Amino acid sequence: MTDTAQEPMLAADGRPLKQSLARALRRQKTRALLMIAPLLLFVMLTFVIPILSMLMRSVENAIVPDTLPGTVAALSAWDASSGRAPDEVVYRHLFIDLFKAAEAKEHTKLGTRLNYEQTGQSSLFRTSGRKLDDLAEPYQDAIEDISPDFKEAAFWYELMSGEDGSALLAQRRDLWNALVGEELSGEAGFMPSAQIAQLLPWTARAYTDFALWSALVKNDTVAEERPWEAVYAALAMDLEDPAKRQAIADYDGAGAAQLQALAAAQSDLPAVRLREGFIELNRSWGEPRIWTTIKLYSPRYTPGYFLNAVDMQLSPDGAEAKPENQQIYTQLFKRTLIMALIITGSCILLGYPVAWILANLPARTANVLMILVLLPFWTSLLVRTSAWKVLLQQQGVINEILVWLGFVDDANRLVLMNNATGTVIAMTHILLPFMILPLYSVMKTIPPSYLRAAKSLGATNWTAFRRVYFPQSVPGIGAGSILVFILAIGYYITPEIVGGTSGVFISNRIAYHISSSLNWGLAAALGTILLVVVLALYWLYDRIVGIDNVKLGG
Amino acid sequence: MKLIKTLSATAMLVATGGLAIADHHMTSDMTLVSWGGAYQASQVAAYAEPYKLMNEGVTITWDESSNEAVAKLRAMNEAGNVTWDVVDVVAADALRLCDEGLALEIDPDEDLAAAPDGTSAEEDFGDLLVGDCFIPQIVYSTTFGYRTDMVPEGVEPPNDICDVFDLEKYPGMRALEKRPINNVEWALLCDGVAKEDVYDVLGTEEGQEQALAKLDTIRDSVIWWSAGADTPQLLADGEVFMGSTYNGRLFSAIVEQKQPIGMMWDAQVFDLDGWIIPAGLSEERLARAKDFILYATDTQRLADQAKYISYGPARASSAPLVSTHAELGIEMAPHMPTDPENSKNTFLYNYEFWADYRDDIDAKFQAWLAQ
Repeated sequence: MTDTAQEPMLAADGRPLKQSLARALRRQKTRALLMIAPLLLFVMLTFVIPILSMLMRSVENAIVPDTLPGTVAALSAWDASSGRAPDEVVYRHLFIDLFKAAEAKEHTKLGTRLNYEQTGQSSLFRTSGRKLDDLAEPYQDAIEDISPDFKEAAFWYELMSGEDGSALLAQRRDLWNALVGEELSGEAGFMPSAQIAQLLPWTARAYTDFALWSALVKNDTVAEERPWEAVYAALAMDLEDPAKRQAIADYDGAGAAQLQALAAAQSDLPAVRLREGFIELNRSWGEPRIWTTIKLYSPRYTPGYFLNAVDMQLSPDGAEAKPENQQIYTQLFKRTLIMALIITGSCILLGYPVAWILANLPARTANVLMILVLLPFWTSLLVRTSAWKVLLQQQGVINEILVWLGFVDDANRLVLMNNATGTVIAMTHILLPFMILPLYSVMKTIPPSYLRAAKSLGATNWTAFRRVYFPQSVPGIGAGSILVFILAIGYYITPEIVGGTSGVFISNRIAYHISSSLNWGLAAALGTILLVVVLALYWLYDRIVGIDNVKLGG
Repeated sequence: MKLIKTLSATAMLVATGGLAIADHHMTSDMTLVSWGGAYQASQVAAYAEPYKLMNEGVTITWDESSNEAVAKLRAMNEAGNVTWDVVDVVAADALRLCDEGLALEIDPDEDLAAAPDGTSAEEDFGDLLVGDCFIPQIVYSTTFGYRTDMVPEGVEPPNDICDVFDLEKYPGMRALEKRPINNVEWALLCDGVAKEDVYDVLGTEEGQEQALAKLDTIRDSVIWWSAGADTPQLLADGEVFMGSTYNGRLFSAIVEQKQPIGMMWDAQVFDLDGWIIPAGLSEERLARAKDFILYATDTQRLADQAKYISYGPARASSAPLVSTHAELGIEMAPHMPTDPENSKNTFLYNYEFWADYRDDIDAKFQAWLAQ
């Protein structure tokens, strides 16, 4: 005995048995993993990842800081409760950001995004984007009048080029990448001068933006392209600062003479008043409201979509309820839950007796009847729903028969569809097989002898059913209910066709936001909430009934 | 053996011949997206078939996804795999696709054919060139049809938009679209707002409430539709007395299916439908798409489409060429929404307004519906 305890037991190949067993087990596990690997990969690629990325949209808000990076930064100093629009400097950043965005045709996307939060932004951004050139033209004309060299692409290139500007170049490049949503590849063919960047910061940024866009997107040679109008406006901004004019006097790099001439004649340039310019383009730019919206939605991630999904909205003082005439989602969630419960209940009521009959008939007859249960499965969902339309409408089959039998007056035909009743009737029918099948397979396993034993011991039919048969069929009810309820809660086509206005579900609104309003963020938030509600109910079910008590068969 | 040789030689000849004709700079297959049904059939007959005859070896695949074109194009674009070449959308969707950078901007004078008399495309299409990406094709209208046999005795058939709101004179159900667009305009018109003030009023909270309050007066008698085919079906089944839908749908119910339905053209809302070219196509596919567009939107082609469906061609120069129905032989002009007799009182879909207010008013409208 002591020998065996000290000497490890050996397997046939001479290795210790423990090691050998572990190896076999490992190999088995690997094989099992390899066998499910294709399915796992498939599910990950087609199900988990798309769902996660869709859910990310419910909080993602990068479009605002990516399109208006400078404006968002400048706006952080603005006090939304001041009751007045921000100062000139914010408008200057807005001009530079918006000009870039308009060149890349990204400004309308931002308008669409912000329009979900505040009506009117869509056209505000679209029309303003078109007229930005007009805002800059006076400065361009004046600068070119003072020094005609500024008309020349080559002069600009020489003026702005230099050494040590790689930090600025990299920074502006990152901003472009963020704006267009992809990595722009290629060489800029331009290196900003660090000296100029310090001397004329606005101009250097605007020119670098222009140079990157020309080289990387338009595939032009920077030195041969005249800069954007925005660059002239930026130069006018820089020249307004007396300190910079002072510094220009000491500057001796390329284009020094022209710059100094410009600085000397600065008083001939029109004063940079972009705040007034924007307000002239559209009065809305002067209202604090729009700036509040931009500021509220400037972080990369926002709770805004989720708040909208529960009939609330972001405000400077935190979350607040939406006006009553715009509240709809909480009501729809409640309605969806209640109707899914009603449908599940009516499926139990209708399905239980059918399953019982099927389980207790001789196999041959049961199989024939089973086909009748399965038949709807083999018919298209759309066809079944449309068939219900024919049956349920006011001039439809059911009403005609009732009128003919004299149960219903011709003038007061029953309204059976385009309301909640229609949805409940049609969906109960469509989901019934999902209740009958698990019930049937569970009932099949209940030995008939139990009932007979109960009766022979003196139980009445009712007692035998209640105390012996029913408890054994509960796992089937559980399985059927979970299936039907979860399917019902996400149903879309049937409520859309027969639900009218009072019988539509939350999924109909989700579909609307996916395919019509294109507010995918809100759709994602609604979908996430729906998913969480289902999971919570599942958890609750597990706590109360126990998920071990659910049987799909055997 | 000899037979097989001859056959394969012929096949080779056909194949090489086809290649010789097909332009090497264009792909030979393209996917067009449209609405299905009678409308798509009219496009197949008027544009696609003749185009294929002219360009041997070109195959055209149709996809009936125009209804969700904006969402699908956005998804395709994000996935970096746009499979559509030319897409038929309503003007409002074209505007949104343009805003989202999903549609290609076009230059009317370069990408579209001039009229036969030399009028430039830009002038020929005129105001219908909405936005920078939209290539107009037809003018359609949303208007009302009513059951002629359900008009109460001794009352003349409805001929005024406000008859829709008059339940006493014209009892019975109405079918209206399940969205605010058009419905709120009609409601305001019938609540005493002058036609030119409608959008000013709708831009205010009070105006929106006023419109919904007017709709409230008929709310219990309305079935809300979401697909254009619903109203003709509801009318044919006698489920509703009157209902709004696209005029072409009513035309086919009345003329082709001989249903007892009458047209009520008052305050019909004009809207446009046309093509866009998705952004992000390869050079060869783009060349083919542009070639097709150039052909399919010329004066004669647009007039040809009107042989199959009662929508007005978008070019001024096509109007005089509109003739008779291809199968029924009836004059098409009196069935066109643009016919002077039908267009005494019309509205034009206000694209700018609805681009801004769509989400806001829709939220209020849906909340009102759910009450």
